[in-house]
Amino acid sequence: MTILSDVSFAVDGGDSVAIVGPSGAGKSTLLALLAGLDLPSTGSVTLNGHDLNTLDEDGRARVRAQSVGFVFQSFHLVPSLNALENVMLPLELAGMKDARDAALRITDEVGLAERRSHYPAQLSGGEKQRVAIARAFATRPAVLFADEPTGNLDARTGEKIMTLMFDLNRDSATTLVLVTHDSQLAARCDRVLTLDAGKLVADEAAAA
Amino acid sequence: MKALSFALKSLRRELRSGEVLVLLAAVTLAVAALTAVGFLTDRIGKAVARQANEVLAADLRLQSQEPIPESWRTLAAEYDLRTADMASFPSVVYRGDDNALSTLVAVGDGYPLRGTVRIADRLFGDEQTAAGIPAAGTVWADGTLMARLGAEVGDVLEVGSARFPIAAVVTYRPDQSVGFASFAPRLLMNTVDLPSTGLIGVGSRVTYALLVAGADDAVEDFAAAIEPELPDSLRLRSAEESSERAFAAADRAQRFLSLTAVISLLLSAVAIAMSARRFALRRMDPVALMKSLGATQGFVIGVATVQILLIGLIGVVVGCVIGFAVESAVSWVLADIISGDLPPAGLRPVALACGSALLLLAGFALPSLIRLRNTPPLRVLRHDAVPPAPSRILVAGASLAAVTGLLYQSVGDAELLVYVLGGIIAISAVLYLLGRGLVAVLGRFRSGVGVAWRYGLANVARRGRASAVQVVAFGLGLTVLLLLTLVRTDLMESWRRTLDENAPNQFLINIQPDETDAVRRIFEERGIEPPALSPMVRARMTLINGESAKDQSFPDPGGEWFVNREQNLSWAAALSDSNEILDGEWWPPGYDGPPLVSIEEERSMETGLGVGDHLTFEVAGQTVAATIASVRKVNWDSFQPNFFLVFSPGALDDYPTTWIGSLRVEPEDRDALVSLVRAHPTVSVIDLDSVLKQVREIIQKATLAVQAVFIFTLAAGIAVLFAAVQSTIDERRFESAMLRALGAGQRTVLAGVMAEFAALGTAAGLLASAGASALAAVIAEQLFNLPYTFNPLLWIVGLGSGVVVVCASGYLAARGAINAAPVDVLRGAAA
Repeated sequence: MTILSDVSFAVDGGDSVAIVGPSGAGKSTLLALLAGLDLPSTGSVTLNGHDLNTLDEDGRARVRAQSVGFVFQSFHLVPSLNALENVMLPLELAGMKDARDAALRITDEVGLAERRSHYPAQLSGGEKQRVAIARAFATRPAVLFADEPTGNLDARTGEKIMTLMFDLNRDSATTLVLVTHDSQLAARCDRVLTLDAGKLVADEAAAA
Repeated sequence: MKALSFALKSLRRELRSGEVLVLLAAVTLAVAALTAVGFLTDRIGKAVARQANEVLAADLRLQSQEPIPESWRTLAAEYDLRTADMASFPSVVYRGDDNALSTLVAVGDGYPLRGTVRIADRLFGDEQTAAGIPAAGTVWADGTLMARLGAEVGDVLEVGSARFPIAAVVTYRPDQSVGFASFAPRLLMNTVDLPSTGLIGVGSRVTYALLVAGADDAVEDFAAAIEPELPDSLRLRSAEESSERAFAAADRAQRFLSLTAVISLLLSAVAIAMSARRFALRRMDPVALMKSLGATQGFVIGVATVQILLIGLIGVVVGCVIGFAVESAVSWVLADIISGDLPPAGLRPVALACGSALLLLAGFALPSLIRLRNTPPLRVLRHDAVPPAPSRILVAGASLAAVTGLLYQSVGDAELLVYVLGGIIAISAVLYLLGRGLVAVLGRFRSGVGVAWRYGLANVARRGRASAVQVVAFGLGLTVLLLLTLVRTDLMESWRRTLDENAPNQFLINIQPDETDAVRRIFEERGIEPPALSPMVRARMTLINGESAKDQSFPDPGGEWFVNREQNLSWAAALSDSNEILDGEWWPPGYDGPPLVSIEEERSMETGLGVGDHLTFEVAGQTVAATIASVRKVNWDSFQPNFFLVFSPGALDDYPTTWIGSLRVEPEDRDALVSLVRAHPTVSVIDLDSVLKQVREIIQKATLAVQAVFIFTLAAGIAVLFAAVQSTIDERRFESAMLRALGAGQRTVLAGVMAEFAALGTAAGLLASAGASALAAVIAEQLFNLPYTFNPLLWIVGLGSGVVVVCASGYLAARGAINAAPVDVLRGAAA
């Protein structure tokens, strides 16, 4: 079964790109391929200069540890670790020595200084997503992948979270790849890619 | 019908899923533990029942340390009863230079009056019923004696001063006594040959018996008639009394083993409850779907029930096979310490195991199935719609009823049941609290360690309750195994250390007064330290402070036993090195006043007798009285001849006396013993080294049998671990995927999971080592009066095996989750 075919594009460093399209268009599959979570049966993906096809799973994991951050729709925090430890996780996986200091700094930046020692179960949805964003930006990744980051949040909280994300994106010159249903959100990106039935049907600069 | 075929179809697929396998393993283990113990106790019980009627080889047995007067035989004949003579005593038997201590059993015409003797014409040959008793001038030896002497049928044995060819191997005697045999093998001979051995004389330890049998009422009349006439020296034993004791012994063994099986059973129950819960959870989606498509609750629960029953059925079959195999192995190991062959086991244990499997499943799996039945069809639309949890009272009630039912089946004693249940609940509660404490402490370490350890420790802490259950379940099995292996050898070792290297290793008994100088000389001539000899006079206690000894009550049942048994009295001028006075005073040198006696400490406590009490004995038909002058502590480990009652010199001078002594004989000097026994055939030599070796062997074999049962406990502990991991496998799979998405290599994910199990294993190992050490200290100091020595090996082995086994089982249980594909994270559930 072919999920994606004839999808070809390049994203420049520092750009923000939204991937939009109806359900089943292949948005999540495309995201998985871009992040090296999965490999395409044909074709190739180059991430931050690494040809993912030539790397094994652990090799791709190393690339992710060094240059990729994730924000998921369902937050996906490790329930057994507290907020600070969740943020420390990718820093330690990337082998950084001052993981704790870096994590303390970034939890401050996202406004979670008071909630650091709380466990995910004790946090609200918005707070969880702040932790997830802190975790994503903690390693200063070259690319940030976000999968429906506001999908599980009410409109006001979602708005705050997006503002935070775009601010961090701008400040740290990170490339942002955002999968979303939300056309307002897509409009805040530099560029919008539209998928339909596994094909790239539009590639345009955002209106705003 | 529809439910059945659907259940069968899906079960084949389900068998590959983890929780079904764990459920199956738990049922299998419970059934295997129950049947192994059931088969074994059933066979022992049957052996007891079979022999109950013939355990005396007669209906009545008159027993005495002196020859039975002819008048009793005549009286029996008047009641139309048949009689036969018997005499037995310990003696060393020779074949060339090989010798073995054995019990000589001399039997007269007519023996046995009940049951039959079976013999074979060679060792392990086909057995047949013996037509009579050994012909005059020949003997029949049992297999153990043949093996010990390396003898074959036809070989000549030296017994005292006589020589007899072995005419047959005895394979079964009705009165060989059920249960655990005494160490000495038996040699059956004809009573007419007794005088020629020269072993019967003053002071020899012969038990004479007159066997009596006949019609039931004639036996009763005879017993009623002689009862009031019996002198103190004569004991009447009836078949009921003897078999009651055998039944009691078998019953105790059965209860002990059943209790050990119950521990495995309870752990299995925990595993069943855990895996049944997941079994039900996993079926919620398909059930909701089927319900939304119009399936009824009856169909839904029918399918699940049929599947659970099928799992139970497979578990019962496999468990019975394992149980049978283990039982066969255990009774093979026990073969030479249980006398007589065991009859084959019946099917009762299988029925019991089936019933127990059903009860376990009903009590521990049914609540989850009932919950499954109530799955709302809404779940097809809203994933978080779950059925109401079954009421806690229902779950607790069903489980408790199941456990109580099981315990009652195997223990069968309401009072004991209350104690056991209370004990198990209390111990589990304590262990559980300790486990939680350990888990919490481990959790605190995580800020100071690397990412893999932090992740693993965090998981242990988050699943605190499940972690504690795993630690306890596994730690329990490990504790018992440590006790049975390391602690047992430790205790034996520390006992051996308390023994003097140069302690005597040979006991000489039954030395006649005119032989003492010659015996000493045999050793002196060879430059061996001769034995210090003590005199021994056999007596019976008749009066305590002027009142009949029989009618007294004592602080301890041991006191009654001591007072009523045949006493071995001694006398001494000086206190032995191995004795210490605790109360009163030892008589001064040269004392020749009225008779005084010194009593041993434990006997004093059991009987309540102390300094100033007045004792009267009957010795060879005369009366001797003495006042207790002191209470002594005896160091029995000195292997010196020691006596419970020691008289002042002169008090026992005029009575029939034999002498006993102990000495150390190095292996190269053993020919001295051969010369001794050749020159003085009535002297018996008991080789302590070989007795100790036999004791060790028996302990080793008995613990091996118990270990086999406790292996089930350990396996059930592992089943609990598997069940607990299974119940978190989805979470684990998702978390592994996420860690990998965040850039963790496979090695890091694996390290995190292994850190978790290593922590659990450490906690279980600590718990087991601490438990085993505490129990060992109590056992050593309270039970055996040995100093407890701390053994670091216990902790190393406890911790080591805890970590290794938990990590290995944990890896097996969780390996599916470790290799989760990172792309799963995009499809995962909410955290």
